Amino acid sequence: MPQILVEDLAKTYRVAERDPGLLGAVKGLVHRRHRTVEALRNVSFSLEAGELLGFIGPNGAGKSTTIKILSGILKPDSGTVVVNGLVPFADRIAHVSRIGVVFGQRTQLWWDLPVSEGFDLLADIYRVEPARYRANRDELVALLRLDRVLDQPVRQLSLGQRMRAEIAAALLHEPDILFLDEPTIGLDAPSKLAVREVVRRLNRERGVTVLLTTHDMHDIEALAQRVIVIGHGQVLADSPFETLRANVLAERRLIIDFAHEAPDLDIPGVEVRSRKGQTLELAFDPARTPTPTLIAAIAATHEVVDIHVGEPAIEEVIARFYDLHGAGEG
Amino acid sequence: MDSARPYLAAFSSRFLLMLQYRAAAIAGFATQCWWGGIKVMIYAAFFAAAPAAAAASPMSLTQVITYTWLAQALLALTPWSADPEVALSVRTGSVAYDRLRPVDTYSLWYVRGAAWMASRALPRAALMLLGAGLVLPLIGLSDWAWKPPPTLAAATAFAISLPLALALSSAFLMIVNIIVAATLTDRGINVLFNSLIIVFSGNLLPLALYPDWAQTALLMQPFAGMMDIPLRLYVGQLSGTDALLGLGLQVFWTTVLVLVGRLAMGRVMRRLEVQGG
Repeated sequence: MPQILVEDLAKTYRVAERDPGLLGAVKGLVHRRHRTVEALRNVSFSLEAGELLGFIGPNGAGKSTTIKILSGILKPDSGTVVVNGLVPFADRIAHVSRIGVVFGQRTQLWWDLPVSEGFDLLADIYRVEPARYRANRDELVALLRLDRVLDQPVRQLSLGQRMRAEIAAALLHEPDILFLDEPTIGLDAPSKLAVREVVRRLNRERGVTVLLTTHDMHDIEALAQRVIVIGHGQVLADSPFETLRANVLAERRLIIDFAHEAPDLDIPGVEVRSRKGQTLELAFDPARTPTPTLIAAIAATHEVVDIHVGEPAIEEVIARFYDLHGAGEG
Repeated sequence: MDSARPYLAAFSSRFLLMLQYRAAAIAGFATQCWWGGIKVMIYAAFFAAAPAAAAASPMSLTQVITYTWLAQALLALTPWSADPEVALSVRTGSVAYDRLRPVDTYSLWYVRGAAWMASRALPRAALMLLGAGLVLPLIGLSDWAWKPPPTLAAATAFAISLPLALALSSAFLMIVNIIVAATLTDRGINVLFNSLIIVFSGNLLPLALYPDWAQTALLMQPFAGMMDIPLRLYVGQLSGTDALLGLGLQVFWTTVLVLVGRLAMGRVMRRLEVQGG
């Protein structure tokens, strides 16, 4: 049996609504209008121990809802969830002692407590055996380079330091599964790299199963072996990252610097994406227009200074994928 | 022991953290001294102005004065407002993290609330004891001072009753916390319960000084056990079987409020599970 099994998961929220303005506010006092929002409908997937799965999708797609259901905070309306052989919301206490969760937008450490005291408190709350806790904490402190911030109250940490401390806090009780909900949100480049490095090592060296949601495609590119794209509460794709990229990405970019003003090119199957002074950016399908043929054709008729072949940015790929499935943010 | 470990840790961590707030303790002490002084003078004026009524009073002026200082000292032991930490975590959604801990959420909030009240009360009570119990007699104002309990029995009863008062207040605090968790705001509820507590805990006026016809009802209601019962035990106004009745009432109300709280908590948590944290 897989470590995480999700079948036909559905979840709706009731959202209170009111008309704008004073009249709306008064009407809201008398009669509340509710709208039902389908956060998840028929979501199914499974995850084996030791996998690293990336969860992507536009805001409101259902990523966080899925994590909250998997971690036992939310109860689904229907469907099956089994994690480590337990039903998260039904066996909450047994379940949560085996998982670690980080919500990038919230803090689980105590604002006014020094980091080390927060760790001590969590070890007590999870009843971690003291010797194991010390060994584990020292390892995480080294791994996440936290030694210099241990004595500082959490409120004084930078966001990058805090996120590293949050991840350590989620791992003190040695969970088998780590849920990371937007762990790199708002971080600067070095902190993002540090977080990715840690997640990769935890997954490879300790065999921790990781399920991570993000809007940063570089997180996915750097980490995830497998990607689930979710939109409007449905799984749109579930495949290795490279497959996803290849499927959406049957497109190449050609950037050409000409010796003179960039010419007007009219080649069938080739789209001019941009023109700036002496530079042209072309988009084409290499299956229909082979790259060498295209380059040769242009070089034969124009004086070319430099050529660069590339792929569209991954963000662009995903945005197009959302559009393709009508999953853009509504 | 291991099963109590999370709760003991949560209690001591909050307690020690809250003790750091010295400025708040000193400010609270100053306010409570001011009000305590005014109340003591008002009682003295009443007792002096009506000697006949004073003689028939169920509490002597000395008892009332000690009661007043104690009430001021232990003000923070009453559940004045929802636990600000719970209110904040509900508003920011960090309450989700509380559900991720392998512990009983009610008990976790309960011990944290108890630690919060105890840690606020301790420094204020110590300062008040120093001021009203030691300094006043030293400067020749012993008539106005906080006196020790009259008998060993009174001292013992108080020593049992004080932790029970904390247990009862914490159970009531949990009700307030749960209402905050359900309504997502702590504004209205704090104002509403403030006035109830000031009157019915005996903080405004010792409950024994209300008219005779109200006495039974006043003793039986839950707020009496938060302050009035331990204080009456201290000054010896409740003794013998009445003392046992007082302690019994504290246990009774704590049990009732914990049961109600747990039931309500279960419902609110189920709604959070359904509606999202």
